[in-house]
Amino acid sequence: MEFSFYLIQLLNGIQYGFLLFLVASGLTLVFGIMDVINLAHGSFYMIGAYLAFWLTGIFGSLFLGIVLAIPLAVALGFVVERLAIAYLYKKGHLHQVLLTYALILIFDEAQRFLWGNDSHGVDIPAALSGSITLTDIQVYPVYRLFVSFVCIVIGVGMFYVIQKTKLGMTIRAGASNRQMTQALGINIERLFTIVFSLGVGLAAFAGMIAAPIDSLYPGMGDNILIISLVVVVIGGIGSIKGAFVGAMIIGVSSIFGKTLFPSMASIVVYAMMAGILIWKPQGLFKSA
Amino acid sequence: MTTGSPGNNTPLIEARGLHTFYGDSHILHGIDITIHKSETVSLIGRNGMGKTTTLRTLIGLAPPRQGTIKVHGRDIKKSKVHKIVHQGIAYVPDDRGIFPNLSLYENLIMAARSGPNGRDDWPLSRVLDLFPRLKERMGHMGNQLSGGEQQMLTIGRALMTNPDLILLDEATEGLAPKLRKIIWAVIKQIKKAGIATVIVDKDIKTLLEISDRNIIIEKGKIIYDGDSEKLIKEPEILKKYVGV
Ligand SMILES: Nc1ncnc2c1ncn2[C@@H]1O[C@H](COP(=O)(O)OP(=O)(O)OP(=O)(O)O)[C@@H](O)[C@H]1O
Ligand SMILES: [Mg+2]
Repeated sequence: MEFSFYLIQLLNGIQYGFLLFLVASGLTLVFGIMDVINLAHGSFYMIGAYLAFWLTGIFGSLFLGIVLAIPLAVALGFVVERLAIAYLYKKGHLHQVLLTYALILIFDEAQRFLWGNDSHGVDIPAALSGSITLTDIQVYPVYRLFVSFVCIVIGVGMFYVIQKTKLGMTIRAGASNRQMTQALGINIERLFTIVFSLGVGLAAFAGMIAAPIDSLYPGMGDNILIISLVVVVIGGIGSIKGAFVGAMIIGVSSIFGKTLFPSMASIVVYAMMAGILIWKPQGLFKSA
Repeated sequence: MTTGSPGNNTPLIEARGLHTFYGDSHILHGIDITIHKSETVSLIGRNGMGKTTTLRTLIGLAPPRQGTIKVHGRDIKKSKVHKIVHQGIAYVPDDRGIFPNLSLYENLIMAARSGPNGRDDWPLSRVLDLFPRLKERMGHMGNQLSGGEQQMLTIGRALMTNPDLILLDEATEGLAPKLRKIIWAVIKQIKKAGIATVIVDKDIKTLLEISDRNIIIEKGKIIYDGDSEKLIKEPEILKKYVGV
């Protein structure tokens, strides 16, 4: 196999890593700042994908579908936080696991009720359906490059908000010392609502832009949840930087695992996690 | 009578019969505390007597199981911590509470706001004039600061919320004598600026010199509350309850 083959795998791995980052960043923030384990986080990825599928079907344009789906997803995050997650702040992790697991069941059931058990696909928009020629026989789809590009833009935006804005300061402060943040007059519950809703928005957005390259099927959120938990643990709970590095490591190694050692593909990711945790039991980076 | 509508004589804080628990342990046993405008009050007592718990109770970090707390004459029993401190209270905790992952500058401005009545007396420049040392360290992260710098920062951060009252726990604890002097000088400036303070510190001598009133707390109860002149004339009280 030649260089361009590896290049394609690497590009796929990076693109997958970017999507994982969008999902894992919300998960790690919610865990790090709010101390809530949200097992339903993967469901929002699924919901995003189905929203994109549904709205694209109605309006005939993926872009329009996504533009409309984002506010719906954030609003859903807001409602879920107010009606369910807000009860968990003073509870232990067991309550959180039970309640957010119940949310998975509810979302999965709603998905089946609305869209059935068949798997679905979303077409790649015509403007991005082309390919780039790498060598005489190898091409790379433009849409995948587009996905990576959009994720970079969002990643930079997120980094800017967290590092440079007052909201970002309070998010970082809340992650390191919740009581002091409150004692300085910050409304920590409102901060939690914002962080949770934005996290849901990011996960759902990942599902939306992944819809044309990933098929939609019942329970598709479970797989991404587990991989995202691995990413969060590797990166260090609460660390955005860690979520990024962890997502890249897992994204690239899982794609290479699938092509180079197909028989062992499913354990590559966990072997990676075990290795990193032996080296750094707290994960690669510290919180926020 | 000063109860009712918040006039000029309404105390900043008026707490009655506070009982605070940590889990099952009963820590405060019916504390009454009143803090007036521009008053400098010291809270004195041996280790573990409930000084820190009293301060935490007043701003809602350790909500009392019994008792009432009025801030500017308004009952704050059901209020959240951030609502209470927005009434013009700033808290300087014994561990300083500097955010290690925020720069010095970010620590200073993250909570900056005007006071409850729109007062804006403490812009960044004035705080930095008070603590010139902080100017040189603006970009450093909270965990790169010395103990003295952290203490300056936590007081500066409190001032930037334009409070009427600062609760100062362990004002000079763990600082070198030179730094203690700086902190005490700043506390005098804060007093001069008309901001009320409740100060906890081991340096009883300086406390008596600075404060208008002293409260002695013993096993979660207030056993003395009176002005400094009176306490200086009754050294046996200090000897008995504080050991100095
Ligand atoms: N989080 C907690 N859980 C249980 N007990 C606590 C907790 N914090 C403090 N205590 C206990 O409450 C009592 C009062 O503690 P507090 O910190 O208010 O005393 P203090 O007067 O500030 O003492 P120091 O001079 O040591 O700071 C002590 O007996 C202490 O052991
Ligand atoms: Mg104390």
